[in-house]
Amino acid sequence: MTTIGYYPGCSLHGTGRELDMSIKALAEVAGVELKEIEDWNCCGASAAHNLNHDLAVALPYRNLALAEEQGLSEILAPCAACFSRMKGTTVRLARSAELVEKMRGITEREFKGTVRILSIIEFAGRLLDEGLAEKLTSPLDGLKVAPYYGCLLARGEEIVEGYDAEQPNGMDAALRAAGCEIVPWNFAVECCGGGFSMSMTDAVVDLSNAILTDAEQAGAEAIVTGCPMCHSNLDMRQRTINEAGLGPHDLPIVYLSEILGLAAGIEPERLGLDRHFVDAMRVVERSA
Amino acid sequence: MARVGVFICHCGENIGRTVDCPAVTEAAARLPGVVESVDYKYMCSDPGQQMIKDAIKEKKLSGVVVAACSPRMHEPTFRRAAAEAGLNPFLLEMANLREHCSWVHEDRGEATAKAIDLVRIMVEKVKRNAKLHPIRVPVEPTALVIGGGIAGIQAALDIADGGKKVVLVERSPSLGGHMARLSETFPTLDCSQCILTPRMVEVAAHPNVTIMTYAEVAKVDGFVGNFEVTIRQKARYVDPATCTGCGTCYQKCPSKKIPSEFDAGLANRTAIYTPFPQAVPNKPVIDAQHCLMLTEGKCGVCAKVCPTGAINFEDTDREVTVKVGAIVVATGFELWDHSAYGEYGAGKIEDVIDGFQFERLASAGGPTGGEIRRPSDGKIPKTVVFIQCCGSRDEKRGVPYCSKICCMYTAKHAILYRHKVHDGRAIVFYMDVRAGGKGYDEFVRRAIEADGAEYVRGRVSRVYRRADGKLIVRGADTLAGQAVTIEADLVVLADAIVPRTGGNELAQMLGIAYDTNGFYSEAHPKLRPVETATAGVFLAGACQSPKDIPDSVAQASAAAAKALGLFSQPELEREPIVARVNEEMCVHCRACIKACPYGAIEDYDIKDRKGNVVRTVARVNEGVCQGCGTCVAVCRSGSIDLDGFTDEQILVQIATLE
Repeated sequence: MTTIGYYPGCSLHGTGRELDMSIKALAEVAGVELKEIEDWNCCGASAAHNLNHDLAVALPYRNLALAEEQGLSEILAPCAACFSRMKGTTVRLARSAELVEKMRGITEREFKGTVRILSIIEFAGRLLDEGLAEKLTSPLDGLKVAPYYGCLLARGEEIVEGYDAEQPNGMDAALRAAGCEIVPWNFAVECCGGGFSMSMTDAVVDLSNAILTDAEQAGAEAIVTGCPMCHSNLDMRQRTINEAGLGPHDLPIVYLSEILGLAAGIEPERLGLDRHFVDAMRVVERSA
Repeated sequence: MARVGVFICHCGENIGRTVDCPAVTEAAARLPGVVESVDYKYMCSDPGQQMIKDAIKEKKLSGVVVAACSPRMHEPTFRRAAAEAGLNPFLLEMANLREHCSWVHEDRGEATAKAIDLVRIMVEKVKRNAKLHPIRVPVEPTALVIGGGIAGIQAALDIADGGKKVVLVERSPSLGGHMARLSETFPTLDCSQCILTPRMVEVAAHPNVTIMTYAEVAKVDGFVGNFEVTIRQKARYVDPATCTGCGTCYQKCPSKKIPSEFDAGLANRTAIYTPFPQAVPNKPVIDAQHCLMLTEGKCGVCAKVCPTGAINFEDTDREVTVKVGAIVVATGFELWDHSAYGEYGAGKIEDVIDGFQFERLASAGGPTGGEIRRPSDGKIPKTVVFIQCCGSRDEKRGVPYCSKICCMYTAKHAILYRHKVHDGRAIVFYMDVRAGGKGYDEFVRRAIEADGAEYVRGRVSRVYRRADGKLIVRGADTLAGQAVTIEADLVVLADAIVPRTGGNELAQMLGIAYDTNGFYSEAHPKLRPVETATAGVFLAGACQSPKDIPDSVAQASAAAAKALGLFSQPELEREPIVARVNEEMCVHCRACIKACPYGAIEDYDIKDRKGNVVRTVARVNEGVCQGCGTCVAVCRSGSIDLDGFTDEQILVQIATLE
């Protein structure tokens, strides 16, 4: 049985609970064991790198060192921000022996660099290779989806690998395997407003509105994302956007892992599809 | 007894700053055999050369070492001076104290010690130099010009007008190159076809010029004055001698859906075609990849309708060998492929076009008859956004250099558009406007002030097609300090200028160098801009760097002047640095014959008085030998030496250092 380390981060215990649920359910079907890093800490996302560069590296460093100690060679970081911070740290450490030395001093832990960080997109690819592809027995009936990468699943040199930052296609294979039809659209890498969800909601309303509008015009029946921050902005703020006189929108926002879970025949409640703000249960009807 | 003179140059500050030249002079004076040792600020100057000449005469020098710059720079200068003073020029050697020492070292003490070593070994070498005499080789007074664009045409015309023969080879079916595709030209807005096509006719009709279109250079042998070039004439399937150019064949050809290269894919052509109505020669060719007869064996309509029976489906590629004395390379450029820019639609948005496509739209002979109509729906665009530096000055994903011509042609595009669509907006995004050239900045000012082009300083971050068909252009206006969003109908990308595909292979055939971007390298960036490091091969036009028409034409004329200079004498002197076989020692193992990259070594029969072959040995043809030394290295009996670089000379240099 393949074992992959698991770093849920804060989101997956809070706003992104559906992501946590759907990933675990999916891993179980694929026969992959997810082993959570023991005693993990915050990845530092959204705040640490604005305050203190050493702290921004030291936080993920400790998690990486723990994972290595616990014998994990691959870590899934489903949240796009966690992924970017953790993978970014491995890239920075690989570039500078000096930085490794400094981090060892700060955290009092060894990290040899043997851990590889997987994004949710790479994880989906791994599961399909591990045999999930044959288990997608209830594919969706040509559900038209707009794959949405936002910022952190598309950008970061040496962090995001395998597809173009401006015209990404990393999710395409998995979505097609799940029976979806991918609509060509323009806003796959536009900003949803990210961390301004709380502090500048107006900005989020404008930005997320533009994304929803373009997806609707392209004929999408749902937006597929891998990031809990994008998800909360597009899903939770959809009502705020409508109340602001924009829209009106009524577009389900689903995680890549939920789509694959549906296609694998997992009950929608185990995937958290009933927990969305904008009704996502309607996509369930589209699976065979 | 040797009498060596050593002359140490400060090269201004170049050497003097790092190397203690007086100390080197003193050390050299103490070397055995050195009878004169002096240093001077600029040895290459007239007084410097005079010092050498005077010393040769007064001190009766038997050898000279000039310790200065690279021999690539001034060896000919100093050898000429030595010859003028009556010394065989090959008894003068240079020690490179600049490129090999002062430029690459910082520590003065160490650099000075190294400089003394460099002088020391050269003194030992020059003591063993022999008098050599230049080899004279005949010059074939015919030039090969590769590329039939404006640069190639100009070079061919100038050489032909100078009374020498020219073979002009063009890869496509017609002369004209990119210039034939342009609408009007900056900064005067004269019609490109009107100024070019008479030149095409002139060169084709010139008695000294042989035109080979639809042909490529396949192989290059030989050396300056004596190149042997194999040209592959691609199968035309139409006999140009019988074809009258009536055009019936391409009117009837059923295979009509092939994107026209000439029209940048905005119109279609047939399988039998001439690229454009003013083509030279105005004789069609059959594109074998798309011809139904040649691919599927059925059709043959063109052969049926041809009134002169000029169609020959049995035609094959042929190879022709020509002997030429000089080669002018004028292979031109292409546009960078903007599909690498996902943010501008990755080449998939129909109404995001490149500069050539806009030229064809603006051209009276183009697919829209000169009306600006966008490709997707044929509507006249009311807002056109021009984006400069698309791929240029982008080290990461494009090219690091400035493509030089885009600022000007974009200004021209904006002017042409405003002349044709009076109520339209032309918006130009730019990083900098680089309009250096006669009348160029005035032209850009005209676009802005007289023709109302709106110039926005900043980059475009994204172009996408909204559901209603509008192209949304988002960018920064860095002067106003704000983001801008424009709803456009057409976007024109000023793609970077890159060298022709296949340029590297041609360079390897010709033995010329190219830079990291694939542009052919000139022999010296300032003083020898049209020559290559390979004697007899010259450069013209955009194959050397991005260039506009005036610069290409100027360089072509310069290259022609170089070729004519070469042809002005019936014979050429070349350096006598050639291999020599000691026939008494040669065991005729033939290893050198196999190793020689120039085919310069042959079997030679030594005969007795009665004419019986006594022994066979290897012999070097000094007209062909390039002095590379490969044969010396492979000779197992040690019977080959290179004049000027004998084993004895090289070994003594090494031994001196120990």
